[in-house]
Amino acid sequence: MLELAIGIILGSCALGAGIAMIAGIGPGIGEGNAVAKACEAIGRQPECKGNVTTTMLMGCAIAETTGLYALVIAILLIFVAPGRLVDILMETIK
Amino acid sequence: MENDKQRFKLLDTVYIAMMILPVVFGIVLKILTTPLSEGISISGAKIFFTIKMPIQDLPITESQVHSWLVMISITGLCLFLTHGLKEKADTKRQHIAEWIVENTQKLVDGNMGEYFSGFAPFIAAILGLSAFSSLLALFGLYAPTSDVNVTAGWAILVFFLITYYKMKCGPVMYAKSFADPPLLAPLNIIGEVATPISMAFRHYGNVLSGSVISVLLATGLQGLSAIVFGKLPGFLGEFPFLQIGIPAVLSVYFDVFSGLLQAYIFAMLTMLYVAGAFNADEYFRRKAINNAKS
Repeated sequence: MLELAIGIILGSCALGAGIAMIAGIGPGIGEGNAVAKACEAIGRQPECKGNVTTTMLMGCAIAETTGLYALVIAILLIFVAPGRLVDILMETIK
Repeated sequence: MENDKQRFKLLDTVYIAMMILPVVFGIVLKILTTPLSEGISISGAKIFFTIKMPIQDLPITESQVHSWLVMISITGLCLFLTHGLKEKADTKRQHIAEWIVENTQKLVDGNMGEYFSGFAPFIAAILGLSAFSSLLALFGLYAPTSDVNVTAGWAILVFFLITYYKMKCGPVMYAKSFADPPLLAPLNIIGEVATPISMAFRHYGNVLSGSVISVLLATGLQGLSAIVFGKLPGFLGEFPFLQIGIPAVLSVYFDVFSGLLQAYIFAMLTMLYVAGAFNADEYFRRKAINNAKS
């Protein structure tokens, strides 16, 4: 019975981490848009390539933030949560 | 004259040793403290020892030790570059030092305006510390920036700076700035707190995700080469041929490009947030009124 409970905990943590990383879609679309517009801008005005590239990298890094929040939650779910949850389970059994 | 030259050379050697020895020390420490184990594991910063404190014990971790090593190394680099400055630059190192100082000054002046031109050393320090911390991963050491505590410390420092410059026009103006549209005050307060959190998580997440992906790829390549070359006799069958070179390509992106880009972005956001927090018009208006009174 205990094995089943621990198995459910581990499986749910792994599933949760996987589901959390769906958030990667958002930054993907956003950064793709940003790069597309930057390419258009460079095509229109090749002389301001340096400025456009710097601003684009900056914007990309900020758009990435939501994806990184998801990554942090996924990492917590994989590396931290199982141990904590199993500890809680053991304490309740006692 | 001869004596001066000898002293100059001796100091140079000391500074170069100051640059290189911390990294060597870190590698030796890593070799001594890493237990022998099979396979590759992903773990956080190792705790060397814990200091007993009244409220909360203070653990001395790998990330703290490594950030001190980076600081010593950067100090050595700065001393080496500025050693023997002359009025007219004729050595390579003086040209490099001048290039760094001029470019940081230009960056700060361009992004923050005239009032903040004294911020150049601070921004250069953040840039250098962050960039070299991330580059430490190239030596196989634990990068301090992949620990959220380190980046959170820097982000909290930036948060204090932002609050200080918002307070420049008095506490009343500071309180008023949250209630810009009065209904949105709770959102503004959440946004204020979210600034340091997002800065810390952005930097830490980027560096950490790079190292996690590198470890996963290394493990995967080990398994793949065991499948492909496993039939070869003896030593040849056990040696992971596919691990040669392929992880290095990813390392160029994750360690070098991503680390330097995040350092630049952290410094850039610091400049933008601090400059944006300061209400220059209001401050100078009040100053003029105060001057007229006295």
